[in-house]
Amino acid sequence: MPVGAASWSFTEDDFGAITKSLERFLFDSNARCALLVDRAGQLVATVGEKPKFDPTAFATLTAADFSANDQLAKLIGENDFNSLFHQGEKESMYLADIARRVILVVLFDNRTTLGLVRLKMKQTVDELSKLFEAVFKRAAGAGAPPNILAGADDEIDKLFQ
Amino acid sequence: MSMINYASREINCKIVYYGPGLGGKTTNLEHVYGKVSPDTRGKLISLATETERTLFFDFLPVDLGTIRGFKTRFHLYTVPGQVYYNASRKLILKGVDGIVFVADSQIERMEANQEAMQNLYDNMSEYGYDLTRMPFVIQYNKRDLPNAAPIRDLQAALNPGWEVGDPSRMRNAPDPYHQGEQLVEQLTSGEWVERAPYFDAVAVNGDGVFDTLKAVSKLVLKSLA
Repeated sequence: MPVGAASWSFTEDDFGAITKSLERFLFDSNARCALLVDRAGQLVATVGEKPKFDPTAFATLTAADFSANDQLAKLIGENDFNSLFHQGEKESMYLADIARRVILVVLFDNRTTLGLVRLKMKQTVDELSKLFEAVFKRAAGAGAPPNILAGADDEIDKLFQ
Repeated sequence: MSMINYASREINCKIVYYGPGLGGKTTNLEHVYGKVSPDTRGKLISLATETERTLFFDFLPVDLGTIRGFKTRFHLYTVPGQVYYNASRKLILKGVDGIVFVADSQIERMEANQEAMQNLYDNMSEYGYDLTRMPFVIQYNKRDLPNAAPIRDLQAALNPGWEVGDPSRMRNAPDPYHQGEQLVEQLTSGEWVERAPYFDAVAVNGDGVFDTLKAVSKLVLKSLA
């Protein structure tokens, strides 16, 4: 039995690739902003228009939203809902699962349509899924970035004095 | 599931406050929120019912300092205390890095404490997490009340210790927070047991709140080191 939840990390190269893929998606779909959130509620990346809300709180609620809907899916006999859509009067959001570990949230307004966002999102989801699968595979095996906290016991002690 | 972001130079960890209803989990977060400088914390998000019972969770992000150039961000969550919200309780445990069990010291709440502790073990093992090998601390809250049970009774009921299987760990480990007590010790029966560190608290006054938070955060960072 594993001790607890696995740790994962991503490098600046990963970040660059994620950002590039999302920027292209935003350009193609005319959506305003894309956020990536991990299933534990931590914000991974934000691309596009800078959100006016608190992105940390937003990330947490997104993960909770997705988890709650996963359970609802199970209750009706589905494995999960791999995407969710929340419609507002002016602003809407579309959420999609990436490699079962990360959630892509897209915010868009009436400058585009749900159809276009969905269509363009499919390719981005595939791209990001591949990217994140590689990141998680690396976290599980060799080739992970060196543990920056290794041997930092003294520094940790000092932080909490 | 701690996340290390090399691009923004952040280490993100998730800590969950678990325990019986009305035990003081939200009060812990509120105290941290009130005391920490606004530059180092985010908004306190509360998904509560009209009667201020936590429905889904409370959430507070705090920065606890920098290690090796990386900002340490802790996301503090509480779960709903009532058992009938178990589905949402369990969701919050997803990806948890450290647990604080907030026990209500009042004698009348002993059974509720035990029930919540059992429920915590059950929910953790459903995710495949082993609580006995994770950063885990217990807070005995409401120590100021006249009907508070003695610490010794609470320890016996909620923190009796789990068996140590690994021979390399079978040696006394003094409790850094209580002089003369051991976190790992051999019982008279010959069996080695390990207990979670514990703290006395009066969360409404803030007593013990930061001691608890510091202890669990330190354990989480050490588990990554």
